[in-house]
Amino acid sequence: MSIDRRNFFKVLGVTGVTFALGKKAQAKPATEGVTEFRAVLYDSTRCVGCQTCESSCAEEHGLPQPEDYPEVGVVRKTNENQRTVVNVYDTSKGEVYVKRQCMHCNQPACASACLTQAMHKTEEGPVTWQGDKCMGCRYCMVSCPFDVPKFEYHSANPKINKCTMCFDRLQEGKLPACVENCPAEALVFGTRRELLAEARRRIVENPDLYYDHIYGETEAGGTSFLYLSPVPFEELGFNTNVQDASYPALTKGFLYSVPAVFVLWPMILLGVQEATKNNNKKSESDE
Amino acid sequence: MNNTISVPLKQERKSRLKFLLGELKPKGKVFTWFNVISLPIMILGLVLIVIRFWKGIGSITNLTQEVPWGLWIGFDVVTGVAFAGGAYVVTFMVYILNMRSYHSIVRVTVLNGFLAYVFYAGALLLDLGRPWNVINPIIGNGFGTSSVLFLVAWHFLLYMLAELIEFSPTIAEWLGAKRAVKILSGMTLAAVIFGITLSTLHQSGLGALYLMAKEKIHPLWYSEFIPVLFFVSSIFAGLSMVIFEGSITSKVFSDQISEKRHEDHQRIIHGLSKICAGAMFAYFFLQILVFVHSKNWEYLNTKLGYWYLTEMFGFVLLPMLLFYFSYKRNKIILIKVAAIITMLGIIVNRLNVTVIGFRWDAAVHYVPSWMEIVVTMAVIFTEIWIFRWVINRMPVLRESPLLANKEA
Repeated sequence: MSIDRRNFFKVLGVTGVTFALGKKAQAKPATEGVTEFRAVLYDSTRCVGCQTCESSCAEEHGLPQPEDYPEVGVVRKTNENQRTVVNVYDTSKGEVYVKRQCMHCNQPACASACLTQAMHKTEEGPVTWQGDKCMGCRYCMVSCPFDVPKFEYHSANPKINKCTMCFDRLQEGKLPACVENCPAEALVFGTRRELLAEARRRIVENPDLYYDHIYGETEAGGTSFLYLSPVPFEELGFNTNVQDASYPALTKGFLYSVPAVFVLWPMILLGVQEATKNNNKKSESDE
Repeated sequence: MNNTISVPLKQERKSRLKFLLGELKPKGKVFTWFNVISLPIMILGLVLIVIRFWKGIGSITNLTQEVPWGLWIGFDVVTGVAFAGGAYVVTFMVYILNMRSYHSIVRVTVLNGFLAYVFYAGALLLDLGRPWNVINPIIGNGFGTSSVLFLVAWHFLLYMLAELIEFSPTIAEWLGAKRAVKILSGMTLAAVIFGITLSTLHQSGLGALYLMAKEKIHPLWYSEFIPVLFFVSSIFAGLSMVIFEGSITSKVFSDQISEKRHEDHQRIIHGLSKICAGAMFAYFFLQILVFVHSKNWEYLNTKLGYWYLTEMFGFVLLPMLLFYFSYKRNKIILIKVAAIITMLGIIVNRLNVTVIGFRWDAAVHYVPSWMEIVVTMAVIFTEIWIFRWVINRMPVLRESPLLANKEA
């Protein structure tokens, strides 16, 4: 939702400038200066399950190094100490590795759920968490369709732990730790638009290798982590029930009704009160 | 009271302080069965709360990364607030519809509602991992206006204020502050209108909280109409609580209730049963519409499907019919039975959405730990203690002293 608003203000700004400066602004394309969402393309056909992404992530964020490894039949999950995990699945095309972490939705449920904006969709695309704002209500966890935010249940000062696409590193012009260290080039960083084009190119050039779907292109309204796979995604433990519309849209109807109720209810109540006041007087005089 | 004006101010203050100190002392017997049962649970609850703030939420709850909201939200907050709905319904009837015959239950209902919000919404603080940041959405360290929880949080705060204003004339009467009574009474209608508006939105808002958990809640309980269903059910949930609470208080505090009030109360219960039956009929009809609309027939012939049917027929249709027939036959006892079944039904419904139906397809289910249950009971008992303390001191059930003077 925030993207729409941002675009709206940009259009508003551009329009304003157009009016102010006249013909000068005409040549400017509408998208200039608009930050495109950064994204990561993960190609599971290239992943060798070496866990370098896991260990470099742990190192980057001061978390303990992973001690277990991908195993068929075992589903490892991200937790309060681990922001990304690699699992292996026995599929119709043999063993396939798949890395999981936050999907960085275009319109994240967690950020729209957050009543303090501690969960925040940055302009660049990563979804980050700010401890000084968070009250630990865990509504982000209830709302996230991918079960990404993890909570420190055994701490008196608990934090929410999730992948931030190494937002701090991006600010310094570096790549996310997992992308930079991936030896198999299974991870590619870029703008979401470029990476969607790249993913499509790979599918077209190698139709036998890939399953014809980019997970994250439409799921939950589109995400900044894009997945390529040799097999249907349900074989890799993906939630394929995720709706294509964005999740914040589910509460839109309710939230839109709020101002209407706020304005109309008091008026109606006052009217009814006025209308019934006289009845009461009548009955009182009857007594 | 009239001669207080002539008494020097200092002495008056002193006597008021003395009065307040005197009121703090317990009244009545100390070793009642209720005290003997509730006190140890409250102390144990307090110990558990200390452990929770020391070692983290996981130390006393069974919450997991997949089920982040459990009994404390699903029962204490979501169910507790539904039961507190009686306050907005009764104030609507008395102040907006001018149904004056219900006036004698306004004070106790508003008190009940106010305390419910303070304690059950207060129980939310126990569930917050970082409660010191609870003021952030109020002070603007992030106005998360796209969040349903933002709306609910603000509404809880404002509604508590509205209910405090509605109840404040009683407090002023207790303190003998005549002018304050007059001023505060003048604010009642505004507070009532504000309170009803807030209640409409946050009773439904509590349901809307779960709208984004679309794939996590069992399809028989998830629909886009959760907010409407929560709002409509809060009407009879609140009124059933009023009936239930009224029949208990009229026994326990019988010394405070005049003969006339007692008769009034029978008539009020009788009238409320009709409203309950009507609201439940609307609710049942809505549920049928939602069910037909969402085409979930295949889920009916499953374990949770039977549970769903039990809820609909055993805890909605049955008490609805019971309310209706006992209204027709004027059977007060049966109305009270219907109220209890309805309340159980509300507990079942709210827990079905928030706990039982949440992650229904997971391999391991969340079951609250005994410690979560003890803390919940401790919260409820503390509320009842405060309720009793107020009833024994302020003119809630008994005729207000100022009004009595006027009539005499």
